[in-house]
Amino acid sequence: MNILVCIKHVPDTETRVKITPGGKALDFTDANFVVNPYDEFAVEAGLQLKEKKGTGEVTVLTVGGEDAMKSLRQALAMGADKAVLCSDGAFEGSDAWGVARVLAAAARRLPFDVVFCGKHGVGDDNQQVGSLLAALLGVPAVTVVTGLDFDEAGAVRCKREVEGGTEVVRAALPAVVTCQKGLNEPRYPSLKGIMAAKKKEVATFRAADLGLDPASVGRAAAAFVLREYELPPPRPAGRVLAGEVDQQVRELVRLLREEAKVI
Amino acid sequence: MASKFKGVDYYRLDDLLTDEQKMVRETVRGWVDERVLPIIAKHYQEGTFPRHLVAEMAELGLFGATLPEEYGCAGLDSIAYGLINQELERGDSAVRSFASVQSALVMYPIFTYGSEAQKRRWLPKMAKGEAVGCFGLTEPDAGSDPGSMTTRAVRDGKDWVLNGAKMWITNGTIADVAVVWARSDGGFLGFLVEKGIPGFSAPEMKGKLSLRASVTSELVFEDARVPDSSRLPGAKGLAAPLSCLNQARYGIAWGGVGAAMACYDEALRYAKERVMFDGPIGRFQLVQDKLVRMLADITQGQLLVWRLGQMKDAGTLRHQQVSLAKMQCVAMAREAARNARDILGANGILDEYGAMRHMHNLESVYTYEGTHDIHKLVVGGDITGFEAFRAPVKPAGG
Ligand SMILES: Cc1cc2nc3c(=O)[nH]c(=O)nc-3n(C[C@H](O)[C@H](O)[C@H](O)COP(=O)(O)OP(=O)(O)OC[C@H]3O[C@@H](n4cnc5c(N)ncnc54)[C@H](O)[C@@H]3O)c2cc1C
Repeated sequence: MNILVCIKHVPDTETRVKITPGGKALDFTDANFVVNPYDEFAVEAGLQLKEKKGTGEVTVLTVGGEDAMKSLRQALAMGADKAVLCSDGAFEGSDAWGVARVLAAAARRLPFDVVFCGKHGVGDDNQQVGSLLAALLGVPAVTVVTGLDFDEAGAVRCKREVEGGTEVVRAALPAVVTCQKGLNEPRYPSLKGIMAAKKKEVATFRAADLGLDPASVGRAAAAFVLREYELPPPRPAGRVLAGEVDQQVRELVRLLREEAKVI
Repeated sequence: MASKFKGVDYYRLDDLLTDEQKMVRETVRGWVDERVLPIIAKHYQEGTFPRHLVAEMAELGLFGATLPEEYGCAGLDSIAYGLINQELERGDSAVRSFASVQSALVMYPIFTYGSEAQKRRWLPKMAKGEAVGCFGLTEPDAGSDPGSMTTRAVRDGKDWVLNGAKMWITNGTIADVAVVWARSDGGFLGFLVEKGIPGFSAPEMKGKLSLRASVTSELVFEDARVPDSSRLPGAKGLAAPLSCLNQARYGIAWGGVGAAMACYDEALRYAKERVMFDGPIGRFQLVQDKLVRMLADITQGQLLVWRLGQMKDAGTLRHQQVSLAKMQCVAMAREAARNARDILGANGILDEYGAMRHMHNLESVYTYEGTHDIHKLVVGGDITGFEAFRAPVKPAGG
């Protein structure tokens, strides 16, 4: 079974966001970049599937700069067999469509039976790439999945948490599955895995390798234009109520109702 | 998942590390945050070793991590190995001690002095955590001076017969195999003694107020008979056990840095949050003095062990240089733990915080693998040419 896993190199969730002067971009100078946490579930899903089948190959795929190599190595250290870095100046500034187009072009050049993605990338939180990729590849997409099972008929049964219950979706392979927390416990890369990752193959695809017209991706093609970043207003200081306890309670209830309008 | 502990790196020493070294550290760091820190206070209080962690450490590949892949090990460089020790001791010295003994004091001598059959038999199993090892050198009356040991090995046909007692042996009671050092007519020898053979027992020592989450034992030999095939053929004289200790001390120096980092991190966070006299205690100069001293010591320690690692891999490291680092890093950690405990006030004596646990643990670390003062005298002897720890005994009243 050939398994593709799409991962994104993102600032770790504890990064304090700083905006560059002018408000057009984020300053990541001191940020630590990691594999998007939801993509770790995707990598783990890929590895578990391969282990269960006893054969196959897990290829991790990302669109990004040379620095994204760190996340690819992490996935290789966890146990993925191969990695592909899609990197080209032309890809810069891509919106979700642009990224999905690059991934789809890469996926078409690789054999695959299933594609795992994280349910969304932390940071931009768009939750679009997985579905767009499936649409471009013309295969089913099952999103926000918390349980997985592959049947002999060559289909995947996925569990999804829906309001008040669980939905079970069956999709024919090949398919794109986006992974949600709860699907599995991503493994730590073992030390041997880390050493082995050094020797594993990482291919780099440029726009030309993927047959992509540079005008169809990147900033130029983005349907989504980022105008400005703004920090939320600083939180006002808390208020301390005075007086007797029952007076305070009455005042608190009044404030919650009339000012905060939460009750 | 991203780990919680963010490290202490005032001088961007991360820039000195390779990607693999950082990845190894992040792996162990995340594991310690998730698996060790939530449970360690309970084990410390109850005086029990968290044995379930052995399989997990093995799974990560922490045992014998610098040994080659053909024996089931990871083949890491010395700095990566050091970082493992740093992170484990950031959790608890007991966990680091377990790994040190398994790796540096048991797997290392088997690898270095063992026969091919001994290596094939033990190393893969020990890497997988399926066999636990211990190292028996110290005796009730032979501590800093192991050359005065009295445990004896006497040849009897194809066997050796062991008599004597070892004390203070980490992992003794839970070990499947003990590396035991004994004197014989032909000098000091090392043996691999298996658990359960007649005449060999390993009762646990009780009553420790330090390293409580580690198993410490006696090893007792009463006509314990082992075949000559269990002797380490390459180990001749005291140089062999001392070379093992040198490996372990290298890791301990890194461990000291880790324990100090844990204490500093805890104290800094506390100082920023704890409000006294209408504001955080971190604004007082006396508190800042303690924090800055800790940070300065940690930064120096980090540079020291990093350089030590480079020299180790280059093969230029001298054992006296390891002595200096063991002495220095553990002493600074001990100081950092005390200062952290102080900054935490009364909270500092609770097991909810790590400072006092580290403070107590570091008392053992200060003493074992060569006491602080012995290492000082080793370095003193090296720079002056006078070996002070073999000072002649003056007759009393003479
Ligand atoms: C928790 C724990 C675990 C241990 N695990 C192991 C283990 O796994 N295997 C093992 O073999 N051993 C182990 N040890 C033993 C340890 O290595 C010894 O305790 C250590 O070598 C010191 O020996 P000692 O306790 O007999 O002290 P002593 O040698 O009696 O020293 C007592 C004091 O005298 C000082 N002193 C001694 N000689 C001199 C000198 N020449 N000049 C100046 N000062 C001197 C020392 O510095 C110290 O302050 C462990 C110890 C502890 C506490």
